[in-house]
Amino acid sequence: MNYGSILPLRLADVSFAAGSRTIIDRVSLEIETGASTIILGANGAGKSVLMRLMHGLLSPTSGRIGWNAPERSGRPRKQAMVFQRPVMLRRSARANIAYALQIAGIPAPRRDALVHEALESVGLTHMAQRPARVLSGGEQQRLALARAWALHPEVLFLDEPTASLDPGATREIEAVIRAFDAAGTKVVMATHNLGQARRLGDEILFLNQGRLIERAPVEQFFSRPQTAEAAAFIKGEVPWA
Amino acid sequence: MSEALSTALALLIGLDPKLVEIVLLSLRVSLSAVAIAALLGLPLGAAIGVGRFPGRQTVIVLLNAMMGLPPVVVGLLVYLLLSRAGPLGPLGILFTPSAMVIAQSILILPIIAALSRQAIEDAWREYEEQLRSLGAGRVNAALTLLWDTRFSLLTTILAGFGRAAAEVGAVMIVGGNIDGVTRVMTTTIALETSKGDLPLALGLGMILIAIVIAVNAAAYLTKELAQRRYG
Amino acid sequence: MGLIRSLLLLVVLFAALAAGAQDKFIVVASTTSTEQSGLFGYLLPIFQKKTGIQVRVVALGTGQALDLARRGDADVVFVHARSAEEKFLAEGHGVKRFPVMYNDFVLIGPKSDPAKVAGGKDTLGALRKIKAAQAPFVSRGDRSGTHIAELELWKLAGIDLAKDKGPWYRDTGQGMGPALNTAAAMNGYILADRGTWISFKNRGDLAIAVQGDKRLFNQYGVMLVNPARHPNVKKDLGQTFVDWVVSPEGQKAIAEYRIGGERLFFPNANQPGA
Repeated sequence: MNYGSILPLRLADVSFAAGSRTIIDRVSLEIETGASTIILGANGAGKSVLMRLMHGLLSPTSGRIGWNAPERSGRPRKQAMVFQRPVMLRRSARANIAYALQIAGIPAPRRDALVHEALESVGLTHMAQRPARVLSGGEQQRLALARAWALHPEVLFLDEPTASLDPGATREIEAVIRAFDAAGTKVVMATHNLGQARRLGDEILFLNQGRLIERAPVEQFFSRPQTAEAAAFIKGEVPWA
Repeated sequence: MSEALSTALALLIGLDPKLVEIVLLSLRVSLSAVAIAALLGLPLGAAIGVGRFPGRQTVIVLLNAMMGLPPVVVGLLVYLLLSRAGPLGPLGILFTPSAMVIAQSILILPIIAALSRQAIEDAWREYEEQLRSLGAGRVNAALTLLWDTRFSLLTTILAGFGRAAAEVGAVMIVGGNIDGVTRVMTTTIALETSKGDLPLALGLGMILIAIVIAVNAAAYLTKELAQRRYG
Repeated sequence: MGLIRSLLLLVVLFAALAAGAQDKFIVVASTTSTEQSGLFGYLLPIFQKKTGIQVRVVALGTGQALDLARRGDADVVFVHARSAEEKFLAEGHGVKRFPVMYNDFVLIGPKSDPAKVAGGKDTLGALRKIKAAQAPFVSRGDRSGTHIAELELWKLAGIDLAKDKGPWYRDTGQGMGPALNTAAAMNGYILADRGTWISFKNRGDLAIAVQGDKRLFNQYGVMLVNPARHPNVKKDLGQTFVDWVVSPEGQKAIAEYRIGGERLFFPNANQPGA
């Protein structure tokens, strides 16, 4: 199956306003294959909105967003998203993954194998038949990751995936993300957690009050931040934006 | 009074054929009505719950208001429709159980549509982002939510059935309370009580109450089961 | 609009299926008092056995029964208010009126008898005494045959209800059974048909006060609803019923009906002026 890569994703002068408030302010960037990208910023900086713009859940009020080869309906989705809180249907864990495959048009005979593979990749095979909504927070988030990854997307968006989880669950999720990254999926993750950004990211996009003000490889960003706001953020001094 | 009560119990225990005939007809009529109302009302509720169109708020308000349609008014309207002098007169179904089914379907359709609309809209609020992220279109989402909220919807259907089984105004007018043909529990209770003939009325009253309790118990247990097993 | 019509048709078909098949039947509009006397329960199975026609009785007050027929929703009317029936015919809604039978009214009252009318045979005198004593009197007030008869009696007694009625006269707008219930509850006087009275179980303190007065006789008539005016009327089946009810066989069945050993209805189809 060769549909051509959907990357790079290009944002050209993208703004998003809700009512009179500007949440994203003229952001231009390119997301390329390879390095895992971290969208970093304080709460309220606009990370979630930017993620949803890129994923296609929101439309920009001005500017343009374009993938390289636009997705056509009926083909397996090439990009998927995991949200801060996992949203599971009232079905078993495996049924939730099967649902995603069914929407994507995967014929029934092939779904079982893909579901099994996805559950294995996050270590949830033993929970396959349990109702998804009785799983713990961490398990549900792992299930969400499995569901997102089941179609082997090119790009995986993650919007603060561990913000609601305890440290143990956080470690498990980060391990899965690292594995997907190593397997070749492009990871784009929003977080406000500095340690997590350092652990998982190859490059940092720093968002401040809706504007992209700094972009650098991870080590360079943390050791030699170019802007005052970035420097303050790293030191933990930025109040809620 | 106690004599009437003991006669009533005798009728119940002995499965008096008249009593059984009336109860079976009542169940047939109300169950058919609930089936029709569910077939039409659930998709309608889902469509409104998930859809976005101009005038949507007005539709929702009207639908909620129609839950309180007085049964006699529905009976009157259906009578005018089915009367031989009316538009559907040639069908000749006035004063038959079919007319009663139609009247009750109209009566409980708003209940099922409005309550399912609420359930689905609440679920949509929770699921919308995730379902759209997975690539589900609105129609697909509506169907998915119909299944996902199935326990709430079952409670809704039970509520509709309870309302239908308990009403007397609509079936009285369009059915005519004809002996052996369109006499159901509620109309029989009304008739027998007015005749001062209490045993049959009491017996049927007890059955009706039992049905109402059973329906509510079923609704409660459904919610409990769902909560425990599916979260 | 076409979609709504076909949807409606679908619903109706489903409902029809759900409710089971219909064999041949007619709708007879009659009165609550006639039905509650139990006559139909006795008479109609005999008719159905002979002809295979199921008779479905919609029991209302006389006024409403005739109105139902005026809309064409009944095939036959079977009521007991001659003036209203003649009017119905004059309007062109009926084909012909045949006398069928008569029963009688009784004046019911509390055993305590505040107006001192019990045991007499003079209805008009009793009504005058009731008004003089301002004893509670329950009227059906529902344009039924009984109600029309009651109003006639007050008029004949020389009492102008519109002027003379007071809080003692209770106009309830109810059928015979409910009105009797009301009378029992308030210990009042009431005009009732003998049939309903015999079957009425909730008597409280009530008993028959006046009976046997010729003025209390109550004539029944049967009419086929005019198919020229209402094309959906089942005229053949309806005519079969009308013919049977006035035939010697039908008349015999009417005469044989008993409640508590008592005969209720007196067939008189052979009395053309009735």
